Amino acid sequence: MRIGVPRESKPGETRVAATPKTVEQITKLGYDVVIESGAGLAASFDDAAYTGAGASIGGAEVWDAEIIMKINAPTEEELGRLRAGQTIMSLLAPALAPDLVDSLAARGVTALAMDAVPRISRAQSLDVLSSMANIAGYRAVIEAAHEFGSLFTGQVTAAGKVPPAKVLVVGAGVAGLAAIGTANSLGAIVRSFDARPEVAEQVESMGAEFLRIDVEETGPSATGYATQTSADFDAKAAAMYAEQAKDVDIIITTALIPGRPAPRLITEEMVASMKPGSVVVDMAAANGGNVAGSVADKKVVSANGVTILGYTDLPGRLPTQASQLFGTNLVNLLKLTTPEKDGQFVLDLDDVVIRGMTVTKQGEVLWPPPAVAVSAAPAAAALAPVEPKPVKVKDPNRKFWYVGAGAALLLILAPFLPASFLPQLTVFALAIVIGYYVIGNVHHALHTPLMSETNAISGVIVVGALLQLGTGNTLITVLASIGVLIASINVFGGFLVTYRMLNMFRKA
Amino acid sequence: MELTTPTLVTAAYLVTALLFILAFANLNKHETAKHGNYFGVAGMTVAIVSTIGLAIDRDGIEVLAYIVAAMLIGALVGIWRARTVEMTGMPELIAILHSFVGAAAVLVAYNSFLEAEEDPQVKALYEELGTTNIHNGEVFLGVFIGAVTLTGSIVAFLKLSARMKSAPLMLPARHWLNLAAVLVSLGLMVWFIIEPSIVPLAIMTVVALAFGWHLVASIGGGDMPVVISMLNSYSGWAAAATGFLLNNNLLIVAGALVGSSGAYLSYIMCIGMNRSFVSVIAGGFGTDGQIAGEAKDYGEHREINAEEAANLLAEASSVIITPGYGMAVAQAQYPVAELTRRLRENGTEVRFGIHPVAGRLPGHMNVLLAEAKVPYDIVLELDEINDDFSDTDVVLVIGANDTVNPAAIDEPGSPIEGMPVLHVWEAKDVIVFKRSMATGYAGVQNPLFFKENSQMLFGDAKVRVEDIVAALPSRVPAA
Repeated sequence: MRIGVPRESKPGETRVAATPKTVEQITKLGYDVVIESGAGLAASFDDAAYTGAGASIGGAEVWDAEIIMKINAPTEEELGRLRAGQTIMSLLAPALAPDLVDSLAARGVTALAMDAVPRISRAQSLDVLSSMANIAGYRAVIEAAHEFGSLFTGQVTAAGKVPPAKVLVVGAGVAGLAAIGTANSLGAIVRSFDARPEVAEQVESMGAEFLRIDVEETGPSATGYATQTSADFDAKAAAMYAEQAKDVDIIITTALIPGRPAPRLITEEMVASMKPGSVVVDMAAANGGNVAGSVADKKVVSANGVTILGYTDLPGRLPTQASQLFGTNLVNLLKLTTPEKDGQFVLDLDDVVIRGMTVTKQGEVLWPPPAVAVSAAPAAAALAPVEPKPVKVKDPNRKFWYVGAGAALLLILAPFLPASFLPQLTVFALAIVIGYYVIGNVHHALHTPLMSETNAISGVIVVGALLQLGTGNTLITVLASIGVLIASINVFGGFLVTYRMLNMFRKA
Repeated sequence: MELTTPTLVTAAYLVTALLFILAFANLNKHETAKHGNYFGVAGMTVAIVSTIGLAIDRDGIEVLAYIVAAMLIGALVGIWRARTVEMTGMPELIAILHSFVGAAAVLVAYNSFLEAEEDPQVKALYEELGTTNIHNGEVFLGVFIGAVTLTGSIVAFLKLSARMKSAPLMLPARHWLNLAAVLVSLGLMVWFIIEPSIVPLAIMTVVALAFGWHLVASIGGGDMPVVISMLNSYSGWAAAATGFLLNNNLLIVAGALVGSSGAYLSYIMCIGMNRSFVSVIAGGFGTDGQIAGEAKDYGEHREINAEEAANLLAEASSVIITPGYGMAVAQAQYPVAELTRRLRENGTEVRFGIHPVAGRLPGHMNVLLAEAKVPYDIVLELDEINDDFSDTDVVLVIGANDTVNPAAIDEPGSPIEGMPVLHVWEAKDVIVFKRSMATGYAGVQNPLFFKENSQMLFGDAKVRVEDIVAALPSRVPAA
């Protein structure tokens, strides 16, 4: 089968759906790849690099391939080039673009939405939302740093002290976490907030402080994305944002709720309360924006000198790697749909991942897919249905019963034992107790030397054999000699190997 | 009171017993462990010299010829093995040394019986004391424990040195076979005490040898830490039983010390695997060796190559390495130590997390790392390090599988449910060194490999670690 990769027609788009590296991987799966001439130029891949990787270069005929791989959803004009039986893989935002879904279906096209991958761990490798958000989060910080008139990192110099920048990241999804990590490595003080309290640990692991508000709120969401919040929650969160806005230098908002307009979190008053020179990056600007006054794809400066960035092409500003990651997501999708690695595309709708992504199949609308639960939120959801095992309650007095029974047994048996036996039993019992306590203190790391030491010490059985050598009976003498011999191996071998091992242990 | 050789020897034995206790007491920490070994050597010297004195005093100087000859050969063999053994081969050496104790116990017990039968004087002495039956019972027990230890240890040795398949031997009705062996031996004991003769003793010896063989043959390779500790314990009880039958308190004390030491180690190992002692001894893993973990789809794993791993490590500020038996198999401890040294020079904090049952012997990993000159104070045990994984940048899992399996915690019903494991997945990045995607000893799939933050590095652990060392960029430019 042939796969066509057209040049992106969206203005300002720099990414491309295949890179020379992914072309190589796709070819290994048995496909032929046609790249539209110049498709990769904006991402620093020239045609020669693609041909070198095994692709052929074409013109508009890339649209004739059985499978089309794109970044952005097809435009009206591009839709016109699609024909029945073709498969297209790209961003489609099916929930927001029902018209597009209908016209894809009308053309008899099979469409896979790269932005509708179910959030289960197995599907992580094909989720472009994750991979793009990661890059966008990084770039958001870079853009903010570019606009920000001060250093991010605190320094003490001969010319005076420079305080570190304070960054607030709202929404700790993939983009938010990437932004936290980037800001943190630039040396800023980073704080973060998310409506899902379970992400606090991840936020802290990236080096930011997780801001908490005092409210009973939503547990882990079943889809892995944030859901809408209650009025009480919103009020308390707003108060917290207002307080933070006065303090921080940079705000990066990443709050998105799938299938809905982005929540308005930062109001005009909050922006107005920020210090002049502060920067706000609204990563949700494409979906209406989290910040009052942000304009999609534009840089806006507020009356009090706060820069508000509404760029929606953040991944595209790092086109080479964004293309590489997007392309790898596509390769992983192809791996899933090419089970035999023979270049034959198989759409297995029983696979929840494929089912979730398939928007239309040969004219049939399959959107929305049945819900897939189980997701990014592991703990509570996974463990809840399991009944706790009944814990056996130990009788606290059990110990005394055992000791009592043991003592009684000994007292009853003792009179029947020969007098010479009791002292031996005494020695034996006491030695076991000593052994237990002495060995219990031995450090785990020394257990192997301990065993070889016990090997040597149990070689003391040699004394028994030594005293049997001189009985005059040949058989006994022979057996005893063998006994002395092998017990000596233990004595000498055991001590020496212990010595060798203990010599190896050394302190840093 | 007259100072005779026997009283002197008794006093010497007391000294020896105390020195042995001191030996174990000093082995408890690194700083004093060597002193412990010296105390052990001193105790043994006192015991052997005084016993040789007693033997010469009683049996004449001629006996010295046998003693010197036998001990010399034994010493040479022992010293040769101790000097040449590889640290990866320690489990085998320890297993075979256990078998020697078992064999010696059998020989001494037989001799004691033959002596009593042959020598009317000795026989009369026992009858006068009224301990003939007790003595015969002790002989019987000594032979039984010794024989089980002997063949059990030989099988353990063969399995560990891969001369025998390490998979558990699954005979039909194996539990009944074991029970039958014990019952038959008990019956023979009654016969032997009522009518002492070589016949029941010999039959029992054969039964006990077969019993020991079967007992260990039906236990799989991954349970070897428990088996070795258990045989360690048996070898101690065998020595103690010998002490009873020879009326020798030193042997009783030494045997009891070793016996309880081995029992304690077995107990620790069982806790480390969250398994009961009985279930380990009964053989197989889980229920009758059936692998329970259903084929669950965890998705796809991701791979990483040595250069990427090296870059990840160079960027990391804290690294934890969790080795397992695979490191020993691949002999990867030297490159691992070199990697550790390089990373530490770059200012990276490197530590090791050792699971109690990692390897085939309690403390096996520690010895291997010590051999490769990894300082012992960065080698930590499970409880010491488990809370630190969440603050760690990179974890290297080298040849470990079940001991780092999150299924033990979050998959109820898994065969390894409840086993304490190293929480490696809490780190930012996990690199798993593995030869293939095969399962570990427990036969359970490991969801760790499919976690978002884990990446697989396939191939021989030694070669891969060497690749990483070679690819490691120096953070500090060369001066």
